[in-house]
Amino acid sequence: MSMSLLLLIVAAIGVAGYLAGSWRARGLAGGKLSNLHSRPGYYGSFVAICAMIPALLLLLAWSIASPIYIQSTIRAGFPESVKMQPEATQNLSYNMISAIARGLPRMTQEERRALAEDGASARTLLAAKGVPLASEPEPYMVQSAQDLDRATVASSLWRAVLVIAAAAAGAFLSFRLIAPRLRARNRVEGVMLGGLVAASSIAILTTVGIVASMLTEAAHFFNSVPAWEFFFGTVWDPRFAAAGATGSSGQFGLVPLLAGTLYIGFVAMLVAVPVGLFAAVYMSEYASRGFRSVVKPLLEVLAGIPTIVYGFFAMATVGPFLRDISAQISGLATGNYASFIQAQSVLTAGFVMGIMLIPYVSSLSDDIITAVPRALRDGSLGLGATRSETIKKVVLPAALPGIVGALLMTASRAIGETMIVVLAAGVAARMQLNPFEPMTTVTVKIVNQLTGDLEFTSPQTLVAFALGITLFVITLCLNIYALYIVRKYREQYE
Amino acid sequence: MSETSTTPPMTAIGISAAPARRDIGLGRRYAAERRFRLYGMAAIGFGLLFLFLLLFSVVSKGYTAFQQSMITIPVEFSEQVLDRNNERAANPQKLMTANYPIIARDALARQLGVTEGDRATLREISGMISDSVRAQLRDIVVADPSVIGTTRDVTFLAHGNLDSAFKGQIDLSVDEKNRKVSDRQVGWMNQLAESGVLAKHFNTGLFTNGASSRPEAAGVGVALIGSLYMMLIVLVLSLPIGVAASIYLEEFAPKNRLTDLIEVNINNLAAVPSIVYGLLGLAVFINFAGLPRSAAIVGGLVLTLMTLPTIIIATRAALKAVPPSIRSAALGLGASKMQTVFHHVLPLAMPGILTGTIIGLAHALGETAPLLLIGMVAFVADVPGTPLDPATALPVQIYMWANEAERAFVERTSGAIIVLLIFLILMNVGAILLRRRFERRW
Repeated sequence: MSMSLLLLIVAAIGVAGYLAGSWRARGLAGGKLSNLHSRPGYYGSFVAICAMIPALLLLLAWSIASPIYIQSTIRAGFPESVKMQPEATQNLSYNMISAIARGLPRMTQEERRALAEDGASARTLLAAKGVPLASEPEPYMVQSAQDLDRATVASSLWRAVLVIAAAAAGAFLSFRLIAPRLRARNRVEGVMLGGLVAASSIAILTTVGIVASMLTEAAHFFNSVPAWEFFFGTVWDPRFAAAGATGSSGQFGLVPLLAGTLYIGFVAMLVAVPVGLFAAVYMSEYASRGFRSVVKPLLEVLAGIPTIVYGFFAMATVGPFLRDISAQISGLATGNYASFIQAQSVLTAGFVMGIMLIPYVSSLSDDIITAVPRALRDGSLGLGATRSETIKKVVLPAALPGIVGALLMTASRAIGETMIVVLAAGVAARMQLNPFEPMTTVTVKIVNQLTGDLEFTSPQTLVAFALGITLFVITLCLNIYALYIVRKYREQYE
Repeated sequence: MSETSTTPPMTAIGISAAPARRDIGLGRRYAAERRFRLYGMAAIGFGLLFLFLLLFSVVSKGYTAFQQSMITIPVEFSEQVLDRNNERAANPQKLMTANYPIIARDALARQLGVTEGDRATLREISGMISDSVRAQLRDIVVADPSVIGTTRDVTFLAHGNLDSAFKGQIDLSVDEKNRKVSDRQVGWMNQLAESGVLAKHFNTGLFTNGASSRPEAAGVGVALIGSLYMMLIVLVLSLPIGVAASIYLEEFAPKNRLTDLIEVNINNLAAVPSIVYGLLGLAVFINFAGLPRSAAIVGGLVLTLMTLPTIIIATRAALKAVPPSIRSAALGLGASKMQTVFHHVLPLAMPGILTGTIIGLAHALGETAPLLLIGMVAFVADVPGTPLDPATALPVQIYMWANEAERAFVERTSGAIIVLLIFLILMNVGAILLRRRFERRW
């Protein structure tokens, strides 16, 4: 029985339980609802919950456990010669078996028998049913596939029977429990509270998932490449993942990528910080209400534009513009019209990223500057300072910790930014100081290593997770430190 | 003598003449004040200038993508070419493999008055027609084989290069060898345009077609469907989960270390680089749980995790804004805590929650990096029927087109960006209107 039909049946039992429960509660009340502990709907919900939740939990557990159990029994039935083979080969054989098993239900009885008797034609037979195989299956595979098919069919049948039985039993038992004294509302609310707690633990689970998944994959990577070669290596040359060959590993030096990331981030901050800060100061200290209400949302539009659009802007407009103008400049200076800024360069990527970051700097600092108490300003102005002197000598120093926090958050965004650098920074992993040349970043290399064919055993793929955990730790530290500074600062005026 | 000597001090101390002013640098300070103000204005001007430049460069490059040059000519479905030996009844495959581009080329040559030409001429003529004409004519013939031997008007796409030339995007002063259209083709193009055979139509294919290596036949149709699936998944998952989590944290959670940890966690998740979510999706959903690569469901799940912190933060702010008197009143009338929250607080906080959700969805719609990692950079030409089929997303389609070298793809890329920006503008305007319409001030 298919999964969706099963879910539908469970839901139907739940709805029926709800209706029956509230009907019975009304009946027990005898026309006077105040005889009941809870409103009738709660009795209905109680029955529905008792019917659906155990059944759904059973379904979930079955769906996770049954494939694992079936796989282990099928593998236990492999011939001894196959069991001697390495783990990876056995996995391949099992994948083939499950492919054959997928094709079996599409065959007629005669075709199945033909397949069992004559393994040689299996590949053409299955290809006709829309299941392509990589190679001709061995005879034991056809046998195992038939076992697998039988086990799957049986498992799905038992799953349906047990789940429906659980739902019906839950509904029946809870229906019997209904009495005027039953505290249905408290029980239903208890389940609801459990649901709320479960929802908020998803946030924790996400973090745990990020850390655990990246740590395990990165640990696999560090098995084949020593950690110090990764963290302190100065050459990035991963080579191609040769299929099957594990010996051909390249060099995975993090340093050039990190240098590129920090350099491009630095250029971006060089653009974003002065522009963002001056914009924030002007908007919070000088601008009239009307001006502010128009300009602030307009600047924030910059934050709402997807980064892929900035990337395209950098690649198609800013890069070529810088290249052409540098050719003009060098032509005027030396007579040789050769551009010294490349279309993909640290400058292009950093500059465009800086534009993207302006609204982050300006709106975060704007909030912090506005939070500085009025009295500080009035005191300074009353002593005869001009407004700019007040801002420079009084407001900004008071807001400084908060602004530093905001800048750290912005920096973490610059480090984690991907699409702009993928399109505009280049892919050459080099260490150099010329901002007019291309460099590459951690995020670019994660994308490069993971687009295309993946093999979860080669260091060429797994290195992306080592890069990812590095990126995660760096941004996490920046953010925690920023939050710490902001929190500490906030207490001063409260 | 004495009079003249005493008068100057009198006037200096007393009544009329101004004292010589001490230089306290007021002019300098005012100048500094003006400069400071100017820097602020310049900074805002800089930001707005680049906002304008960005939008201008996208729109100016992309607005032409909404038009497409089409050629409408009578095409003779010649039996001589398509099925010379009249074997289509016996062998239906014959009609699938027939040489359809030839009849389109011949029709165009006839239209141009080129009666007999050498191979080079004919090649230049077929260079004006999109390769997609093969599938188009084949579909006509397969649907109704009786057209063979007759002549009927067919409208088909012009080749991408001719399309660019017709829109004036190719610099004709460049030497003929270095550009994609020859002088002869330009001459024919003008001839066709004058007779009305070649004309620009609204480009519906941009919204319905899937990926194609031919720019004139490529569209964002598949990407739109993929993005739609993902947005639905994000909405269905992240709204209830996010609201439930915020209700717990804001209304029920005791203040202890665990809830503190959850809070710090959520704030940090909001700042985790999006590409890290892509790695999570690849490791957990694809490698561990075995979901298919390139499928919209994986993209939706990844974007859900990414959007959750945004929605939780917005929802908590909205719940906090509901005054405590509402809660006290409900509790005072005997409602349970759960009833208070679900019957009174939540409905009042709903506008704020929905605004936050729409803004979170808009962010998710424009997100590209995590989708690259879970394999949505795929060449998908067919519309995905379910979220489990391979699909692509609008921003990923933009990324793929941005990497294509042909001139006509730059136009398509910008066109797709315009489509994306229009969606984002609509969502944000919707959020603003929702806030304006339903927001309550307490």
